[in-house]
Amino acid sequence: MSELVPEPRPKPAVPMKPVSINSNLLGYIGIDTIIEQMRKKTMKTGFDFNIMVVGQSGLGKSTLVNTLFKSQVSRKASSWNREEKIPKTVEIKAIGHVIEEGGVKMKLTVIDTPGFGDQINNENCWEPIEKYINEQYEKFLKEEVNIARKKRIPDTRVHCCLYFISPTGHSLRPLDLEFMKHLSKVVNIIPVIAKADTMTLEEKSEFKQRVRKELEVNGIEFYPQKEFDEDLEDKTENDKIRQESMPFAVVGSDKEYQVNGKRVLGRKTPWGIIEVENLNHCEFALLRDFVIRTHLQDLKEVTHNIHYETYRAKRLNDNGGLPPVSVDTEESHESNP
Amino acid sequence: MDDKEYVGFATLPNQVHRKSVKKGFDFTLMVAGESGLGKSTLVNSLFLTDLYRDRKLLSAEERIMQTVEITKHAVDIEEKGVRLRLTIVDTPGFGDAVNNTECWRPVAEYIDQQFEQYFRDESGLNRKNIQDNRVHCCLYFISPYGHGLRPLDVEFMKALHQRVNIVPILAKADTLTPPEVDRKKRKIREEIEHFGIKIYQFPDCDSDEDEDFKLQDQALKESIPFAVIGSNTVVEARGRRVRGRLYPWGIVEVENPGHCDFVKLRTMLVRTHMQDLKDVTRETHYENYRAQCIQSMTRLVVKERNRKDRSRNR
Repeated sequence: MSELVPEPRPKPAVPMKPVSINSNLLGYIGIDTIIEQMRKKTMKTGFDFNIMVVGQSGLGKSTLVNTLFKSQVSRKASSWNREEKIPKTVEIKAIGHVIEEGGVKMKLTVIDTPGFGDQINNENCWEPIEKYINEQYEKFLKEEVNIARKKRIPDTRVHCCLYFISPTGHSLRPLDLEFMKHLSKVVNIIPVIAKADTMTLEEKSEFKQRVRKELEVNGIEFYPQKEFDEDLEDKTENDKIRQESMPFAVVGSDKEYQVNGKRVLGRKTPWGIIEVENLNHCEFALLRDFVIRTHLQDLKEVTHNIHYETYRAKRLNDNGGLPPVSVDTEESHESNP
Repeated sequence: MDDKEYVGFATLPNQVHRKSVKKGFDFTLMVAGESGLGKSTLVNSLFLTDLYRDRKLLSAEERIMQTVEITKHAVDIEEKGVRLRLTIVDTPGFGDAVNNTECWRPVAEYIDQQFEQYFRDESGLNRKNIQDNRVHCCLYFISPYGHGLRPLDVEFMKALHQRVNIVPILAKADTLTPPEVDRKKRKIREEIEHFGIKIYQFPDCDSDEDEDFKLQDQALKESIPFAVIGSNTVVEARGRRVRGRLYPWGIVEVENPGHCDFVKLRTMLVRTHMQDLKDVTRETHYENYRAQCIQSMTRLVVKERNRKDRSRNR
């Protein structure tokens, strides 16, 4: 990874107390320009972001992702082609796009999981998804242990998994619990209440409370996980999000309508226009700000420093503390133990 | 009219009517579909009752261990001197598990049991007070979030369409815009035909009915599945108090035909086709069951007789 990522969490054995110099006394050194240098570098190299969407078909996953990134980035980029058949098993479909904003390039990969939860018997339908996520960790690990490593290891690891909850108004479904129990340990899960325009304000807040309680009772740690809060500032900010805002109740749309003289994204019904970016109508804007504007980098860091490291440690342990030997013949460089 | 020529049996319908009113009517309605599709709210809205007041909603964990149950609620409704004993059969647990293989079986078995009960009563000696618990109509709730029918929907309807009148319902329709509703209805109708599912057919109009009625009937046929919304709360809309749902962006009125098909469903179920639903149940579904029963009984009797003959001849 070429982005500057802080060192992995395991702290050094003897913490050193840095000597602090009050730079004001000595004149301006210019340490703070490092931020500007980092920014310039990031802009030049751009960065990767891989987002996975999971949920029963028809919950608006593709529309939501398109709305989040304001482009046709999902599998269902064409809105006329709704003639998909439900696949018999869960498929994993990854689509990459490069989008640019303010001089910053992002290579966005949207990973869709058609077939999840749609069958009559959905036992273990999360397994292909878990397998895919671990395969990406494995790919990265193989690159890392190479003697001649690429300057920039291509990062296909899943940084964020949006899990779509059906807005029944009752509670989570057994399948939701099973999925999140298994996968919250390997990837950052952000639960989202889909098609939230089906609930009144009261129903929404009751449902959210019940869902939060069920997640807590079942020990499901969704992102942002409590144990990874770095300092008090993080903790207070994340506590507020965890206990009040999440799971975000969202509505997605790729159509624009005229409301009060402005063109807004929304859904037009006989009884009114639902504005996607209006906080009184739904929490799409909160989700967008959370995933893209404030926690994007943190999602990547947690993936790299925690989930990936957990995977790596397990692989090394299984291999007797040695880096894994690659088995495929195309890898002519093998790491020496 | 000349008194000599007038026999007077034209009053027969009135006499039947009076006797029926005295006896009261009964109707058994089944509601099926995954939980959270608004079944209970719709039933309460249709019949202006509060049948599920003491219901406890299970949490997801509790539902992991749950199997499909069949529950019955009965309520007596009286309107303008006419009494209706309404029985609602509910199917909690249907479609909610991770593995829903054959979750339609308890439902099919329940329906068959009612047929069997009636068959025995009908064949018995004392037939004065036969209780008719046969299911006259099954409202099947289709999720508005899918892209049409889901595999479970198809399996359920195919298992049940020869046993009961199925009326498909597009649930929580206020989550869809009008073009989405049209698209989904068309898709569902296509899929129903494609899979050979025989839903309840509205009887064709007699050719001598008036044009209005014919148009209404046509509109009814083209509304399947009925896109419904239910509500038991009263809100203020356009200066009137109506049953509806209050959203930040507007008010959905349950009884506004421009908002959903609730009125069509209620008209069909209660005001125009209730008797036909009962007739079809009696004449088609029950008769099918009865014929099968008699056939298999006859086969058993013949087998038994042959066995006895063989053992006697040895």
